[in-house]
Amino acid sequence: MAAAIFSFFIINKSGGLIFYKDYGSAGRMDTNDSLRLASLWHSMHAISQQLSPTVGCSGIELLEADSFDLHCFQSLTGTKFFVVSEPGAQHMESLLKVIYELYTDYVLKNPFYEMEMPVRCELFDINLSQAIQKDRVALLGR
Amino acid sequence: MQFFGGSDISPSPPNPSGSGNNSKNNNSGGGGNMMYVFNRNGVCLLYREWNRPLRTLSSQQDHKLMFGLLFSLKSFTAKMDPTNVDKGNLGVPQLPGQGCSFHSFKTNTYKLTFMESPSGIKIILVTNPRIADLRDSLKYIYNLYVEYVVKNPLYSPGTPIRDSFRLKPRGVEELRCAWRLPFRDLLGEQ
Repeated sequence: MAAAIFSFFIINKSGGLIFYKDYGSAGRMDTNDSLRLASLWHSMHAISQQLSPTVGCSGIELLEADSFDLHCFQSLTGTKFFVVSEPGAQHMESLLKVIYELYTDYVLKNPFYEMEMPVRCELFDINLSQAIQKDRVALLGR
Repeated sequence: MQFFGGSDISPSPPNPSGSGNNSKNNNSGGGGNMMYVFNRNGVCLLYREWNRPLRTLSSQQDHKLMFGLLFSLKSFTAKMDPTNVDKGNLGVPQLPGQGCSFHSFKTNTYKLTFMESPSGIKIILVTNPRIADLRDSLKYIYNLYVEYVVKNPLYSPGTPIRDSFRLKPRGVEELRCAWRLPFRDLLGEQ
Protein backbone atom coordinates (compact mmCIF):
# COMPACT_ATOMS: atom_id res chain seq x y z
CA MET A 1 0.00 0.00 0.00
CA ALA A 2 1.55 3.25 -1.09
CA ALA A 3 1.45 5.99 1.46
CA ALA A 4 -0.49 9.12 0.60
CA ILE A 5 2.05 11.14 2.56
CA PHE A 6 5.73 10.61 1.96
CA SER A 7 7.32 12.99 4.41
CA PHE A 8 6.74 16.02 6.58
CA PHE A 9 9.06 18.93 7.45
CA ILE A 10 8.99 21.97 9.73
CA ILE A 11 11.51 24.73 9.15
CA ASN A 12 12.04 27.73 11.41
CA LYS A 13 12.00 31.32 10.23
CA SER A 14 15.69 31.31 9.35
CA GLY A 15 15.49 28.16 7.22
CA GLY A 16 16.77 25.62 9.72
CA LEU A 17 15.11 22.22 9.81
CA ILE A 18 13.50 21.73 13.22
CA PHE A 19 11.38 18.66 12.52
CA TYR A 20 11.47 15.94 9.88
CA LYS A 21 9.57 12.71 9.61
CA ASP A 22 9.58 10.18 6.82
CA TYR A 23 6.50 8.05 6.12
CA GLY A 24 7.90 5.65 3.59
CA SER A 25 9.65 7.33 0.68
CA ALA A 26 12.01 5.19 -1.34
CA GLY A 27 15.71 5.69 -0.65
CA ARG A 28 16.19 7.13 2.82
CA MET A 29 17.61 10.60 3.03
CA ASP A 30 20.33 11.17 5.56
CA THR A 31 20.26 14.03 8.05
CA ASN A 32 22.53 16.24 5.97
CA ASP A 33 20.32 15.86 2.92
CA SER A 34 17.16 16.73 4.80
CA LEU A 35 18.81 19.80 6.31
CA ARG A 36 19.99 20.95 2.91
CA LEU A 37 16.64 20.35 1.27
CA ALA A 38 14.93 22.31 4.03
CA SER A 39 17.14 25.35 3.64
CA LEU A 40 16.91 25.10 -0.14
CA TRP A 41 13.13 25.18 0.16
CA HIS A 42 13.36 28.20 2.43
CA SER A 43 15.27 30.16 -0.23
CA MET A 44 13.06 28.97 -3.11
CA HIS A 45 10.09 30.18 -1.11
CA ALA A 46 11.69 33.61 -0.65
CA ILE A 47 12.72 33.93 -4.31
CA SER A 48 9.24 33.04 -5.52
CA GLN A 49 7.96 36.10 -3.64
CA GLN A 50 10.44 38.32 -5.48
CA LEU A 51 9.26 37.10 -8.86
CA SER A 52 5.59 37.75 -8.27
CA PRO A 53 3.95 39.94 -10.94
CA THR A 54 1.66 41.52 -8.36
CA VAL A 55 2.03 42.69 -4.78
CA GLY A 56 1.20 40.60 -1.73
CA CYS A 57 2.81 37.31 -2.65
CA SER A 58 3.43 35.03 0.28
CA GLY A 59 5.47 32.30 -1.38
CA ILE A 60 4.90 28.87 -2.90
CA GLU A 61 1.86 27.03 -1.57
CA LEU A 62 1.86 24.04 -3.88
CA LEU A 63 4.62 22.55 -5.99
CA GLU A 64 3.54 19.92 -8.48
CA ALA A 65 6.41 17.64 -9.44
CA ASP A 66 6.31 14.57 -11.67
CA SER A 67 6.11 12.09 -8.82
CA PHE A 68 4.87 14.11 -5.84
CA ASP A 69 3.02 17.20 -4.69
CA LEU A 70 4.48 19.48 -2.05
CA HIS A 71 2.05 21.55 -0.01
CA CYS A 72 3.50 24.32 2.10
CA PHE A 73 1.93 26.39 4.84
CA GLN A 74 3.68 29.37 6.37
CA SER A 75 2.55 30.65 9.74
CA LEU A 76 2.48 34.36 10.54
CA THR A 77 5.71 34.02 12.49
CA GLY A 78 7.55 32.60 9.46
CA THR A 79 7.65 28.95 10.48
CA LYS A 80 7.02 26.78 7.42
CA PHE A 81 5.29 23.42 7.45
CA PHE A 82 5.39 21.30 4.34
CA VAL A 83 4.18 17.90 3.43
CA VAL A 84 5.27 15.77 0.48
CA SER A 85 2.35 13.72 -0.79
CA GLU A 86 1.23 11.67 -3.76
CA PRO A 87 0.33 13.72 -6.84
CA GLY A 88 -3.21 14.99 -6.61
CA ALA A 89 -3.64 14.25 -2.90
CA GLN A 90 -6.61 16.19 -1.56
CA HIS A 91 -7.22 18.21 1.62
CA MET A 92 -3.53 18.65 2.41
CA GLU A 93 -4.10 22.33 3.32
CA SER A 94 -6.47 21.32 6.10
CA LEU A 95 -4.05 18.66 7.28
CA LEU A 96 -1.33 21.31 7.53
CA LYS A 97 -3.66 23.54 9.55
CA VAL A 98 -4.36 20.64 11.90
CA ILE A 99 -0.63 20.01 12.27
CA TYR A 100 -0.07 23.71 12.94
CA GLU A 101 -2.61 23.51 15.75
CA LEU A 102 -0.77 20.50 17.17
CA TYR A 103 2.47 22.46 16.95
CA THR A 104 1.05 25.41 18.88
CA ASP A 105 -0.51 23.11 21.48
CA TYR A 106 2.25 20.59 22.07
CA VAL A 107 5.43 22.38 21.05
CA LEU A 108 5.00 26.08 21.74
CA LYS A 109 3.17 25.48 25.02
CA ASN A 110 5.81 23.04 26.16
CA PRO A 111 7.79 24.91 28.87
CA PHE A 112 10.98 23.00 27.98
CA TYR A 113 10.90 23.89 24.30
CA GLU A 114 13.34 26.56 23.15
CA MET A 115 12.15 28.65 20.24
CA GLU A 116 13.69 27.94 16.79
CA MET A 117 15.35 24.78 18.10
CA PRO A 118 14.70 21.21 16.92
CA VAL A 119 11.36 19.84 18.10
CA ARG A 120 11.65 16.97 20.57
CA CYS A 121 8.23 16.73 22.16
CA GLU A 122 6.68 13.33 22.73
CA LEU A 123 3.10 14.58 22.77
CA PHE A 124 3.62 16.28 19.44
CA ASP A 125 5.02 13.08 17.92
CA ILE A 126 2.09 11.03 19.17
CA ASN A 127 -0.57 13.44 17.99
CA LEU A 128 1.14 14.01 14.67
CA SER A 129 1.21 10.32 13.84
CA GLN A 130 -2.45 10.11 14.80
CA ALA A 131 -3.33 13.00 12.49
CA ILE A 132 -1.40 11.45 9.59
CA GLN A 133 -2.93 8.05 10.31
CA LYS A 134 -6.39 9.56 10.31
CA ASP A 135 -5.67 11.17 7.00
CA ARG A 136 -4.56 7.85 5.58
CA VAL A 137 -7.69 6.08 6.84
CA ALA A 138 -9.84 8.80 5.29
CA LEU A 139 -8.04 8.17 2.02
CA LEU A 140 -8.61 4.43 2.19
CA GLY A 141 -12.28 4.97 2.91
CA ARG A 142 -12.84 6.75 -0.36
CA MET B 1 10.70 12.47 -20.45
CA GLN B 2 8.05 12.86 -23.07
CA PHE B 3 8.79 13.66 -26.65
CA PHE B 4 6.39 15.64 -28.67
CA GLY B 5 5.71 13.44 -31.65
CA GLY B 6 7.00 15.15 -34.79
CA SER B 7 7.28 18.85 -35.33
CA ASP B 8 3.92 19.49 -36.93
CA ILE B 9 1.90 22.17 -35.29
CA SER B 10 -1.48 20.90 -34.38
CA PRO B 11 -4.05 22.62 -36.58
CA SER B 12 -5.37 24.66 -33.69
CA PRO B 13 -4.17 25.61 -30.20
CA PRO B 14 -5.02 23.13 -27.45
CA ASN B 15 -8.23 24.92 -26.60
CA PRO B 16 -10.47 26.40 -29.24
CA SER B 17 -9.35 29.91 -30.06
CA GLY B 18 -11.36 32.74 -31.45
CA SER B 19 -10.28 35.56 -33.75
CA GLY B 20 -7.04 37.44 -33.30
CA ASN B 21 -8.72 40.86 -33.14
CA ASN B 22 -10.41 39.98 -29.98
CA SER B 23 -7.22 39.36 -28.10
CA LYS B 24 -5.66 42.58 -29.39
CA ASN B 25 -8.16 44.87 -27.70
CA ASN B 26 -7.81 43.23 -24.39
CA ASN B 27 -4.19 43.73 -23.45
CA SER B 28 -4.33 43.65 -19.69
CA GLY B 29 -7.15 41.19 -19.28
CA GLY B 30 -6.98 37.44 -19.37
CA GLY B 31 -5.05 35.32 -16.96
CA GLY B 32 -1.53 35.67 -18.37
CA ASN B 33 1.18 37.73 -16.71
CA MET B 34 4.52 36.81 -18.25
CA MET B 35 6.18 34.30 -20.51
CA TYR B 36 9.85 33.34 -20.60
CA VAL B 37 11.80 31.09 -22.95
CA PHE B 38 15.29 30.07 -21.86
CA ASN B 39 17.81 27.88 -23.62
CA ARG B 40 19.89 25.34 -21.76
CA ASN B 41 22.65 27.85 -21.02
CA GLY B 42 20.27 30.18 -19.25
CA VAL B 43 20.05 32.76 -22.05
CA CYS B 44 16.62 34.33 -22.11
CA LEU B 45 15.52 33.84 -25.73
CA LEU B 46 12.15 35.46 -25.37
CA TYR B 47 10.41 37.48 -22.70
CA ARG B 48 6.89 38.81 -22.98
CA GLU B 49 4.76 40.42 -20.35
CA TRP B 50 1.10 41.28 -20.45
CA ASN B 51 0.27 42.28 -16.94
CA ARG B 52 3.02 43.00 -14.45
CA PRO B 53 2.33 45.84 -12.04
CA LEU B 54 5.12 44.87 -9.64
CA ARG B 55 8.71 45.02 -10.79
CA THR B 56 11.44 44.69 -8.20
CA LEU B 57 14.47 44.05 -10.39
CA SER B 58 16.00 45.09 -13.69
CA SER B 59 15.00 42.78 -16.52
CA GLN B 60 18.40 41.11 -16.70
CA GLN B 61 18.42 40.40 -12.98
CA ASP B 62 14.87 39.20 -13.22
CA HIS B 63 15.74 36.67 -15.92
CA LYS B 64 18.72 35.42 -13.95
CA LEU B 65 16.62 35.03 -10.84
CA MET B 66 13.93 33.14 -12.72
CA PHE B 67 16.42 30.77 -14.33
CA GLY B 68 18.13 30.24 -10.99
CA LEU B 69 14.84 29.48 -9.30
CA LEU B 70 13.94 26.86 -11.91
CA PHE B 71 17.39 25.31 -11.77
CA SER B 72 17.32 25.03 -8.00
CA LEU B 73 13.74 23.80 -7.89
CA LYS B 74 14.71 21.07 -10.33
CA SER B 75 17.58 19.89 -8.17
CA PHE B 76 15.24 20.12 -5.19
CA THR B 77 12.58 17.91 -6.80
CA ALA B 78 15.18 15.47 -8.11
CA LYS B 79 16.53 14.99 -4.61
CA MET B 80 13.13 14.96 -2.92
CA ASP B 81 11.60 12.38 -5.32
CA PRO B 82 10.02 9.83 -2.96
CA THR B 83 9.56 7.13 -5.60
CA ASN B 84 13.17 6.82 -6.68
CA VAL B 85 15.79 4.97 -4.63
CA ASP B 86 18.88 6.20 -6.40
CA LYS B 87 18.68 9.98 -6.40
CA GLY B 88 22.31 11.00 -6.41
CA ASN B 89 23.55 14.04 -4.58
CA LEU B 90 21.81 17.34 -4.15
CA GLY B 91 22.99 19.98 -6.61
CA VAL B 92 24.70 17.69 -9.11
CA PRO B 93 23.73 19.02 -12.56
CA GLN B 94 21.33 16.77 -14.45
CA LEU B 95 20.49 16.46 -18.10
CA PRO B 96 17.05 17.53 -19.29
CA GLY B 97 14.65 14.68 -18.61
CA GLN B 98 16.90 13.11 -16.04
CA GLY B 99 15.56 12.86 -12.51
CA CYS B 100 12.22 14.02 -11.16
CA SER B 101 11.24 17.43 -12.50
CA PHE B 102 8.23 19.61 -11.82
CA HIS B 103 5.55 21.10 -14.02
CA SER B 104 4.03 23.90 -11.98
CA PHE B 105 3.93 25.72 -8.70
CA LYS B 106 1.37 28.00 -7.23
CA THR B 107 1.47 30.93 -4.82
CA ASN B 108 -1.41 33.10 -3.66
CA THR B 109 -0.76 35.66 -6.41
CA TYR B 110 0.42 33.64 -9.41
CA LYS B 111 0.91 30.22 -10.91
CA LEU B 112 4.03 29.28 -12.80
CA THR B 113 3.89 26.48 -15.36
CA PHE B 114 7.14 25.05 -16.63
CA MET B 115 8.21 22.76 -19.44
CA GLU B 116 11.64 21.60 -20.49
CA SER B 117 12.27 20.07 -23.89
CA PRO B 118 14.84 17.29 -24.41
CA SER B 119 17.21 19.89 -25.86
CA GLY B 120 17.00 21.98 -22.69
CA ILE B 121 14.64 24.70 -23.92
CA LYS B 122 12.64 25.90 -20.94
CA ILE B 123 9.27 27.53 -21.45
CA ILE B 124 7.67 29.31 -18.52
CA LEU B 125 4.23 30.81 -18.25
CA VAL B 126 3.27 32.94 -15.28
CA THR B 127 -0.48 33.25 -14.92
CA ASN B 128 -3.31 33.89 -12.59
CA PRO B 129 -3.34 31.24 -9.81
CA ARG B 130 -6.85 30.06 -10.69
CA ILE B 131 -5.81 28.79 -14.12
CA ALA B 132 -6.17 25.07 -14.74
CA ASP B 133 -3.47 22.80 -16.17
CA LEU B 134 -1.49 24.53 -18.96
CA ARG B 135 0.86 21.76 -20.00
CA ASP B 136 -0.81 21.37 -23.39
CA SER B 137 -0.47 25.10 -24.07
CA LEU B 138 3.24 24.87 -23.31
CA LYS B 139 3.67 22.01 -25.75
CA TYR B 140 1.86 24.07 -28.34
CA ILE B 141 4.17 27.01 -27.69
CA TYR B 142 7.14 24.67 -28.01
CA ASN B 143 5.86 23.55 -31.40
CA LEU B 144 5.59 27.20 -32.45
CA TYR B 145 9.17 27.71 -31.36
CA VAL B 146 10.30 24.76 -33.46
CA GLU B 147 8.34 25.89 -36.51
CA TYR B 148 9.07 29.61 -36.52
CA VAL B 149 12.39 29.93 -34.73
CA VAL B 150 14.41 26.75 -35.11
CA LYS B 151 13.41 26.34 -38.75
CA ASN B 152 14.17 29.97 -39.55
CA PRO B 153 17.42 30.02 -41.54
CA LEU B 154 18.30 33.50 -40.28
CA TYR B 155 18.16 32.49 -36.67
CA SER B 156 21.47 31.70 -34.99
CA PRO B 157 20.94 29.33 -32.08
CA GLY B 158 21.42 30.74 -28.61
CA THR B 159 20.54 34.33 -29.46
CA PRO B 160 17.41 36.13 -28.35
CA ILE B 161 14.44 35.72 -30.66
CA ARG B 162 13.93 39.02 -32.46
CA ASP B 163 10.60 40.26 -33.67
CA SER B 164 12.05 40.71 -37.16
CA PHE B 165 11.95 36.97 -37.57
CA ARG B 166 8.32 37.37 -38.44
CA LEU B 167 7.60 35.65 -35.21
CA LYS B 168 5.46 38.54 -34.27
CA PRO B 169 2.75 38.47 -36.90
CA ARG B 170 2.40 34.75 -36.92
CA GLY B 171 4.09 33.43 -33.84
CA VAL B 172 3.50 35.65 -30.87
CA GLU B 173 -0.06 36.53 -31.80
CA GLU B 174 -0.67 32.84 -32.19
CA LEU B 175 0.86 32.18 -28.80
CA ARG B 176 -1.42 34.83 -27.44
CA CYS B 177 -4.46 33.19 -28.93
CA ALA B 178 -3.23 29.82 -27.85
CA TRP B 179 -3.44 30.59 -24.21
CA ARG B 180 -5.29 33.85 -23.71
CA LEU B 181 -8.63 32.77 -25.03
CA PRO B 182 -8.88 29.59 -23.04
CA PHE B 183 -8.04 31.59 -19.93
CA ARG B 184 -10.91 33.88 -20.52
CA ASP B 185 -13.27 30.95 -20.86
CA LEU B 186 -11.92 29.41 -17.69
CA LEU B 187 -12.21 32.57 -15.68
CA GLY B 188 -15.63 33.45 -16.98
CA GLU B 189 -14.44 36.83 -18.22
CA GLN B 190 -16.04 38.44 -21.22
